[in-house]
Amino acid sequence: MAPASPARLRRPALPSWLQLSWSWRITWLYLALVLFLPLGAMTLKAAAVGPVQFWQLATTAEALATYRISFGLALVAALVNGVFGVVIAWALVRCSFFGRRLLDSLIDLPFALPTAVAGLALASIYSSNGWLGAPLDALFGLKVSFTWLGVGIAMMFISLPFVVRSVEPVLEALEREQEEAAWCLGASPRQTLLKVVLPQLMPAILAGVAQGYSRAVGEYGSVVMISSNVPFRDLITPTLIIQKLEEYDFSSATVIGMVMLMFSLVSLLVINGLQVWGRHWEGNPV
Amino acid sequence: MRSLLRFLRSGKIRPSASVLIPLIAGLYVAVIILLPALEVVSGAFAKGLQPFLDNFESEELHSAVRMTLMMTAIAVPANTIFGLSAATAIARRQFPGKAFLLSVIDLPFSISPVVVGLMLVLLYSPTNGLLGGIVTSLGWKIIFSWPGMTLATIIVTFPFMAREVIPLLEEEGWDQEEAARTLGASSWQVFWKVTLPSVRWAVLYGLILTTARALGEFGAVAVVSGNIAGQTQTLPLFVEDAYKQYDTELAYGAALVLGGVGLVSLLLKLLVEQVIGGNKETEPMN
Repeated sequence: MAPASPARLRRPALPSWLQLSWSWRITWLYLALVLFLPLGAMTLKAAAVGPVQFWQLATTAEALATYRISFGLALVAALVNGVFGVVIAWALVRCSFFGRRLLDSLIDLPFALPTAVAGLALASIYSSNGWLGAPLDALFGLKVSFTWLGVGIAMMFISLPFVVRSVEPVLEALEREQEEAAWCLGASPRQTLLKVVLPQLMPAILAGVAQGYSRAVGEYGSVVMISSNVPFRDLITPTLIIQKLEEYDFSSATVIGMVMLMFSLVSLLVINGLQVWGRHWEGNPV
Repeated sequence: MRSLLRFLRSGKIRPSASVLIPLIAGLYVAVIILLPALEVVSGAFAKGLQPFLDNFESEELHSAVRMTLMMTAIAVPANTIFGLSAATAIARRQFPGKAFLLSVIDLPFSISPVVVGLMLVLLYSPTNGLLGGIVTSLGWKIIFSWPGMTLATIIVTFPFMAREVIPLLEEEGWDQEEAARTLGASSWQVFWKVTLPSVRWAVLYGLILTTARALGEFGAVAVVSGNIAGQTQTLPLFVEDAYKQYDTELAYGAALVLGGVGLVSLLLKLLVEQVIGGNKETEPMN
C-alpha cells in the first residue's frame, strides 16, 4: 500500500495490531490470557526475589536432593527407554509375530491412561504384596514402591511411548537395500547395525529420549503415588513445589518452579533442534 | 544374554533375532504397561462385583464426577475455538516467527503440570497473586475453586487441537477456499462450508485427545484445587485421596472408571486413525 495516500480516504486509523482477522485476534487474546499472563506473573514474582536470594533458594540442600531425583533419575529412565524403545520399534516395524497389534496399542496406553490411575496401578503392583513387588522382594529383597526405584519405574512408564513413536516412522522409511548392500560388501550384522542403521536412527532416538526425559522430569501424578515423598530419599521437584506452597513458602515455590520452567524451555529448544537435524537426515540420506 | 552374543557372532541375524526382539519388546511392555493396567481391573473387582458397585453410592465420588464433567465441558469447547482460530490463522501462511509461535503453542506440553498450577496461584491467589488485589476487590474466588481448576485444565490441554489441525490445513492448501471466495462466499461461510469440513477428522481426533486429557488431568488441578472433598475434588484427585486414606476399594473403583475413559479414548483414536487412513487412500479418486 502506498504510504502517502490522502488521509480522508483512509478509514479511521486503527493501531496496526488491531487490524487483524478474527482468527488472529482470538488466537492472541487466548494465548495472552491463558499462557502469557500466568508465565509473566511467575517471571515477575521470581524476579522480585532478587538474584542472591534466588540462588540461595534454588540451591538449598533439600532442593538439590530433589533435582538429583527429578533430573538425574529421569535421565536414567529416559536412557533405558532409549534402548528398549528402539527394540520395541524394531519389533513393531520389522518383525511379524502374534500380538503385534496389541503391543502397538499398548504403547499408547501411558498417553491415554490418566496419571492418577497409572500411579495407583504402579504403586500397588510393585508394592511388597503386589504381583511384581512380592517376587522382587522375596527373591532379591528389592523394595520398589515407596522408594526411588518405584519413582524410576513410573518415569519409565510415562516416557516409553515417546521413543517408540519417534523411531517408528524413521525405521519404516529406512531402505532395506542399504542394509543388504552393507552385507554384500562383507559387513557383519553387527557392523551393519552400528554403522548403517543406528546412525540414521540416532536423531529420532535422541529426539524421543529428550521428549521422554522432559515429560518424566515434569511428571507428577503417577510419581507422587509410588513415591514415599520423603525429602532426601525419593522426593521429586514438583512435589517439593507443592509442599512449599502448602507451607505458604511462596518464594521457594516460585524459585524452584522457575528452575523447572527454565529447564522446560531449554529442553523445548533441544527437542526442536533434534527434530530439525532429523529432517536434515531424511533429506540427505547417506 | 549368552544366546544374544552367540547370534551376533554367528552372523545369522534373522532366525534368532526375529524371536528375540519381539520377546524382549513384549516382556518390557508387559512389566511396565500391561500388568499395571490389568492390576487396576483386578483390584477393582477383588471382592466381587457387589462391593465394586457399592462404591458408586459414595456422595463424594458423585461430586467428583460432576466437577470433572463440568470442567471438561468448559475446557473442551473453549480449546476447540482457540485451536480452530489458531489453525486458520497460522497454517498455510508464511511469516517471520512462525516456527517460534508454533513452539509457544506447544509450550504447555513441556511445562510440568505442577508449574502450570503454580503459575495460576502466583497470578490469582488473593494473598500472594499478582492480580490478588483485583480478584479480592471483585469478590471472585479463583484459586481453591472451580474457575482456577478449569483454567488449569484449559492450559494443559489447549495445544492438542491446534497441533492436530495445523498440519492437515498446511497439506490441503488454499485452492478450495479461493474458489469459494471467487464465487462470493463470505469468510465465515468459507470457514463453515469449506475449511471445517476438510479438517473434520483432525478436529475429531483433537477433540478426543483434549477430552481424555481434560478428564484425567491431575498435577495442575491438584495445585489449584486445595483438594476439598465434596467441593473441589475431581475424579483423579479423588483416586489419590481415597488411596492415601487406605480406602483401596473406592480408589480402584474410581480408577477403573477413569481408566475406562482412557481406554475408550484410545479405541476411538485408533478408529479415527483407520478412517483417516482409509480417506487418504480413496481421496485421489473423488
